[in-house]
Amino acid sequence: MSWIKDIINPKARAWEEFYRNRNQSDKVVRSTHGVNCTGSCSWNVHVKDGIVGWELQATDYPALEDGIPPYEPRGCPRGISFSWYLYSPLRVKYPYVRGVLVDLWRKAKEEHEDSVAAWASIVEDPVKRKSYQIARGKGGFRRASWAEAEEIVAASTIYTIKKHGADRLVGFSPIPAMSMLSFAAGTRFLQLLGGVNLSFYDWYCDLPNASPEVWGEQTDVSESADWYNSKYIAVMGSNVNMTRTPDAHFLVEARHNGSKVTVLSPDFNMTSKHADWWIPVHTGQDGAFWMAVNHVILSEFHHKAETAYFIDYLKRYTDTPFLIHLTEKDGIYRAGRMATAANIEQYAAVENAGFKYLVWDEDLDQPKMPLGTLGFRWQKKKGEWNLQMKDGLDGSDIAPKLSLLNDSADVLLVSFDDFSSETSSVRGVPIQYLETIDGPVPVTTVFDLLMAQFGVDRGLGGDYPENYDDDRQTYTPAWQEKFTGIDRENVIQFAREWAATAEKTEGKCSIIIGTGINHWYHANLLYRAGISALMLCGCVGKNGGGLNHYVGQEKLAPIAPWSTIMGALDWSKPPRFQNAPSYHYVHSDQWRYERTADEMRVNPVAKSNKITEGHTIDQQIRAVRNGWLPFYPQFDRNPCEVIKQAEADGAKNDQDIIDWTVKQLTDKKMKFSVEDPDAPENWPRIWFIWRGNALMSSAKGHEYFLKHYLGTHTNSVAPETAEDSVKDVVWHKQAPEGKLDLVVDINFRMDTSAVYSDIVLPTATWYEKDDLNTTDMHSFIHPFQEVVPPCWESKSDWDIFKGLAKKVSQLSETHLPAPVREIVSTPLAHDTPAEMSQPEIKEWIKGECAAIPGKTMPGLTVVERDYVNLYKRYISLGPGARKNGIGAHGLSWQIEDFYDELIKTNPSVAWNGQCYPSLENAKDAANVILQLAPETNGELAFRAFQAKEEKVGMPLVDLAADTRAIGTTFSDLDRQPRRLLTSPCWSGLTNNGRAYAAYCLNVERLVPWHTLTGRQHFYLDHEGYIAYGENLPTYKPKPDPSSLQDLVVTHSDEQSIMLNYLTPHGKWGIHSTYGDNHRMLTLSRGCHPFWINDKDAVKIGVIDNDWVEVYNDHGVVVTRAVVSARLPQGICFLYHAPERTIGVPKSPLRGNKRAGSHNSLNRIRLKPNLMLGGYGQFTYGWNYWGPPGANRDTFILVRKLKDEPSW
Amino acid sequence: MNIRAQVSSVFHLDKCIGCHTCSIACKNLWTDRKGVEYMWWNNVETKPGTGYPTQWEDQQHHQGGWQKKGNDLQLRMGSKGASLGRIFHNPDLPTMDDYYEPFTFKYQDLTNAPAGDDQPTARPVSMVSGKPIKIESGPNWDDDLSGSNIYAANDPGVLQLSEKEQQQMFAIEKMVMFYLPRICNHCLNAACVAACPSGAIYKRGEDGIVLINQDKCRGWRMCVSACPYKKTYYGWTSGKSEKCIHCYPRLEVGEAPACFHSCVGRIRYLGVLLYDADRIEDVAKLEDTELAAAQRDMILDPFDPRVQEEALKCGIAAEVLEAAQKSPTYKFVKEWGIALPLHPEYRTLPMLFYVPPLLPVISKETLNVQKLADDFFTSLEKARLPLKYLAGLFSGGNEEEIKAVYRKLIAVRIQRRNTTVGDMSAEEAQKARDIAGVDSDMIEAIFRMTTITSIKERIVIPPMLREQAIEAGMDTETYKQEMGFGKRQPPKRRW
Repeated sequence: MSWIKDIINPKARAWEEFYRNRNQSDKVVRSTHGVNCTGSCSWNVHVKDGIVGWELQATDYPALEDGIPPYEPRGCPRGISFSWYLYSPLRVKYPYVRGVLVDLWRKAKEEHEDSVAAWASIVEDPVKRKSYQIARGKGGFRRASWAEAEEIVAASTIYTIKKHGADRLVGFSPIPAMSMLSFAAGTRFLQLLGGVNLSFYDWYCDLPNASPEVWGEQTDVSESADWYNSKYIAVMGSNVNMTRTPDAHFLVEARHNGSKVTVLSPDFNMTSKHADWWIPVHTGQDGAFWMAVNHVILSEFHHKAETAYFIDYLKRYTDTPFLIHLTEKDGIYRAGRMATAANIEQYAAVENAGFKYLVWDEDLDQPKMPLGTLGFRWQKKKGEWNLQMKDGLDGSDIAPKLSLLNDSADVLLVSFDDFSSETSSVRGVPIQYLETIDGPVPVTTVFDLLMAQFGVDRGLGGDYPENYDDDRQTYTPAWQEKFTGIDRENVIQFAREWAATAEKTEGKCSIIIGTGINHWYHANLLYRAGISALMLCGCVGKNGGGLNHYVGQEKLAPIAPWSTIMGALDWSKPPRFQNAPSYHYVHSDQWRYERTADEMRVNPVAKSNKITEGHTIDQQIRAVRNGWLPFYPQFDRNPCEVIKQAEADGAKNDQDIIDWTVKQLTDKKMKFSVEDPDAPENWPRIWFIWRGNALMSSAKGHEYFLKHYLGTHTNSVAPETAEDSVKDVVWHKQAPEGKLDLVVDINFRMDTSAVYSDIVLPTATWYEKDDLNTTDMHSFIHPFQEVVPPCWESKSDWDIFKGLAKKVSQLSETHLPAPVREIVSTPLAHDTPAEMSQPEIKEWIKGECAAIPGKTMPGLTVVERDYVNLYKRYISLGPGARKNGIGAHGLSWQIEDFYDELIKTNPSVAWNGQCYPSLENAKDAANVILQLAPETNGELAFRAFQAKEEKVGMPLVDLAADTRAIGTTFSDLDRQPRRLLTSPCWSGLTNNGRAYAAYCLNVERLVPWHTLTGRQHFYLDHEGYIAYGENLPTYKPKPDPSSLQDLVVTHSDEQSIMLNYLTPHGKWGIHSTYGDNHRMLTLSRGCHPFWINDKDAVKIGVIDNDWVEVYNDHGVVVTRAVVSARLPQGICFLYHAPERTIGVPKSPLRGNKRAGSHNSLNRIRLKPNLMLGGYGQFTYGWNYWGPPGANRDTFILVRKLKDEPSW
Repeated sequence: MNIRAQVSSVFHLDKCIGCHTCSIACKNLWTDRKGVEYMWWNNVETKPGTGYPTQWEDQQHHQGGWQKKGNDLQLRMGSKGASLGRIFHNPDLPTMDDYYEPFTFKYQDLTNAPAGDDQPTARPVSMVSGKPIKIESGPNWDDDLSGSNIYAANDPGVLQLSEKEQQQMFAIEKMVMFYLPRICNHCLNAACVAACPSGAIYKRGEDGIVLINQDKCRGWRMCVSACPYKKTYYGWTSGKSEKCIHCYPRLEVGEAPACFHSCVGRIRYLGVLLYDADRIEDVAKLEDTELAAAQRDMILDPFDPRVQEEALKCGIAAEVLEAAQKSPTYKFVKEWGIALPLHPEYRTLPMLFYVPPLLPVISKETLNVQKLADDFFTSLEKARLPLKYLAGLFSGGNEEEIKAVYRKLIAVRIQRRNTTVGDMSAEEAQKARDIAGVDSDMIEAIFRMTTITSIKERIVIPPMLREQAIEAGMDTETYKQEMGFGKRQPPKRRW
């Protein structure tokens, strides 16, 4: 009966070699994947016969402290399928140029010896120009040599600089952390040229604006190991198991360590499976749930039981004790601006008094001015920017009052907006009278406003809800049922469990949050609702606590030296960094299809006012004029031309040139490009795309990109409706089609962007280059390595841009032989004193204030470019780094000695009699970064903390004292991933294996957040936020489909059904990468299907795997349906982000043209209050602030495809 | 006693995130060749669902595994003698429709398409015929409840439930899914071995791995029918069958099998089990509901001196015994009793065990408002999936086996909550332990193994003593000098 056979005869067992042979590889090399998933997994790549065979995970991450599960293995089904790409027929092996263009070029070259002249002969001839534009995306690629491709790129670049200006060159590459040197390559190239680099984090709608709003940080979160420390985890809008595959085990393992896991999600998904409570909250209504949770927490844990831990936390670390003015109109008050030291005699004379804020002292019963607020950060005297509750004038201790409830001077009726019912409630609020220079004015605390806003009845009179069952008043558990569909009892229980856990554990409750929340138009409000529950229970800045936003954030750990190299700051400043959402909204003409955004951002209660009124494009123009947001091209003329004109007008020096420019603008003789984006002189001209899929997965409003940028076919039928509602922008009857002269895509696979580009350059894959990789999901740094040399004719991004730089320098000897000066405009910047520039909104264009560069308008700088030496600069770490030091987030330190050391110990380059640390190869650059970053060099961590200590005035260097001897090289990383050192560039503490959790540095060392008060903000003190009704955490309803203008000319019929169109991150791809890969397509459905609820499917006669046509005004998608009860009715999924190149048939509905992809069905909508700037944390930073490209509020129609698909 | 050592596994389904990384690790390494594209030695199924190949669990249809005939045990497809008559026509063989027609795309068209008036696309084509194909199935077609009203509703396990239970499973109140990763079970009573007319399939003496000798296989495909798990596959170009080899080339050098190594959910545990091979037949003949317990019972205690003594006599090396003592599989299956075999009623005595998944609590809908059960944690009583369904998978229908596991898993969570937060009292923890019948130490041991163990503790590979295996037939020094020399030879097609 036993089937065991002891076959020992070697002959009989010899066949076993069959499988052994396969398993034997010749070498194994560590590398990783440069896709923006934040996974940052270290892999062992197996090479056999000089060919990459397969990959398996590295399992040698250094261990964290005892009792935390290890980080192994990390990886996912996408990553492990990467080796497929190397030798697949999808690989770009050679340079390609669109046939029509290369024919024109070769002919032009016959006629013009000079290549710039040859390029001019093509683009200046409208017929020729149109002929290759219309061919974009329609096949006909021709192989070219590298020399030819480089020549076209360099010639067109120089032509553009001379003719239009360098700010017409634009580059897009996303998420640097995943392959930071490949990113830096193109950015360095463009910044040396004077070109523009677009942001990505906000464009992807991954930037959680609530993070800058509340914390003054772009994003800072815990590493995934810290989930294990959390005892109550709420997962919302984040499908951790699907999209955070390598990290998911920490969530699962936490359960077995006694943590409760709740998942808020409309569909039953992979993560719901791991929940104790799957809370099927209606789509996009999570905010309502949390508002009610806050109501319960405030009622029970702050009002009824004054939980000591919570109250102490609020006083120390949040703005809750700070005083807010109440402004009166017709006997009813509203919450106004924050009270400042400038308001009262006692403090009015102190430096930056207008930016030092007040609390009410319990013992003295009078206002006091605590340290750590914005004014202390930027004052001359250093060392007072910290969170000690001490008075800024005399150093006395302050006992701030959280609430004025006891011994209040009065109770006033204050109006609170209820956007859910378009009414307002008037509620009693306790106040004190602040004796100001202008007499007594009523003030209250942020905490008292919160109590009233959340409807906690403390016997003060007014429209407070009677109890939890009162569903007429915000924000009771009964109230939220209408929006979330979740029983009130569950909300109450949730809130109690949450707060009780936080109290017992001192803050170990956390939220894991993702795109399911962040992609909504009102995402900032949804976030603030959840963040409030964290702050109210003292959960931020605690291991196991906090808001863990994992949406495309990544984290470039060695930020300081990398920024210098990336922005070419070692050679010149300032760089031209632009927020992509504004750029594409304006330049791809999506604004022309928007009547006005009023329907969506409507503030139904507050009367419309001059801050909120008008079309979004006009608000965008205001933001640029006022210096709130950047915009390129800058002006209606070449920025070099500006210099020449100014000098012709008598300007003698840089200041004269700037003054002349300001005068031109105020006299309206010169326009900002944004004011007339459709005029040819204001178009972007050349677009460099690398490491990303800018024309497809990143192209929200893709069909508008095709039309207005590329000038090729489009499936959009949307009418242009903006004309009647725009005011400041110049309206052209005919919108331009084909603004771009040249699109260059650098790629290893023939994706949609490559298919639509003019030139495709073959790049090395992630197994064919050296680079560095970090993330915020873990706390290690590890490398990419050249496992095999770049295959076929591919080259690494570093080498490709180096090659282009060389060619540009060569052609410049003829065309731009001498250094060229130009003027660069830049917005008011976060983490600079410009945060104090505009406490009120005043517009110079309307004469409300003087036009002062860098204060009331964009900053202006004269910069010199050296095109002949562009290549040499590219490969050399410039003297600016040595002279100015390096830094990040408003902190910098000197590196002179290290710079000199690098020249001795590392490769160097010498030219014009100077010697520089070499950046010639990516590996050289990696070593420079590793040796200059505090995160990898202990001595520099110590030095950076010294610099921080000086600013803050609290002891900090001890955090780096034990690790001073640590140094890291690229070869070290080959051996093993290295754990990052604690650094003042970041806010977590990782000493002795402690898991990284955001803001522990702030909480434990009293380092202020980069906000107005230096504390975490519930209250957003900005004139614009008050006008938009978002000064307090609030709830705004989802925009109604009728207001969204997705279906103006597209009408439903009995064969179709309208659904809310959602594009969550999916299982079979990371954005568009891997989704076209054979493995993923085989394990899914051989396409990117359309998910629909079974009952909805019945309504339109669709059964599983039927072909469907999904459409609205913007475009059309044709794919197969997945019918599943897993989704609720009324919504649909098209998982982000399929290529339109893989198995996509034609659309009968749109003239039998090739159907599009997920971004064919949307158009971006910018939320205007996120454009505000010039004050506190609401001041621009690249990828830190600005309106994100919200895309989730979209509706589509779907119907069964009538016949068999045609191809 | 006839003591044997087997490399055996545990998959902790509560930890499985359904990512399929394991499947691709395996595919990359072993089945990326022509003719074996459709082989997924490791696959992951969404449950409820019909699996791969479709409805493989329906043995009325597939006739896999063993059945009791009186006091005899017979292959369900018929005895070896009877099956010989079906060598040229085997009606129980799954067809391409039960698997899928492998497909790819004309990727090169994207680069090579001539200039035209529309954008080129890479059309799907069959890897069998090379012709354009409409893709209608795949190896993971019903992933995450894809087509749930067709596929999940036709899960043989679901079909055993009452009409009402079936309907509820697709309503939001009870909607649920979990994942079932599957590899070859390397069974003790392997049906594939029994069915092979060529004697090409054998179970290795040293580690129990079941292999198909690629030299001897004649492609009769009786193993394909006989395996109730459908884990042997026929290679349509080589004319030979292949199956999961437990990555023996990796085990032999002390590395985890590729699917184990790559498991990012960290759900996979591997270690040696000792068992008494003389008991196989008796155990395999027990009632369905007794099988899980009986299989657990035949596993021997590696710490028992008598077992050790006997094992040495049976030729099991001391190093292997040592590995058996560190075996996480032993702990899960025997010591803690929380891992169960998949479909023990097939009577093959599979040596891969599963910890069943905990699932969210149920809810109730009133006037479009969902009310969730108010339990703090997932509970036995309020879990979304009927126990009957899980018992149908892991215990031959014995619900008590499932309950016993759940009670232990829940006791772990309550005890750890008590330790780390304290809002669940020591009394509650004690009560949970009493119900589960475990002590505090065992709770801590389960907790530790489930959460913080590193790969070295999760995967304990016994030394494979390769030098001794080689020495049995060849001088090891000569072997060292000569190994690797030779030409690469693809498997010869058998006709």
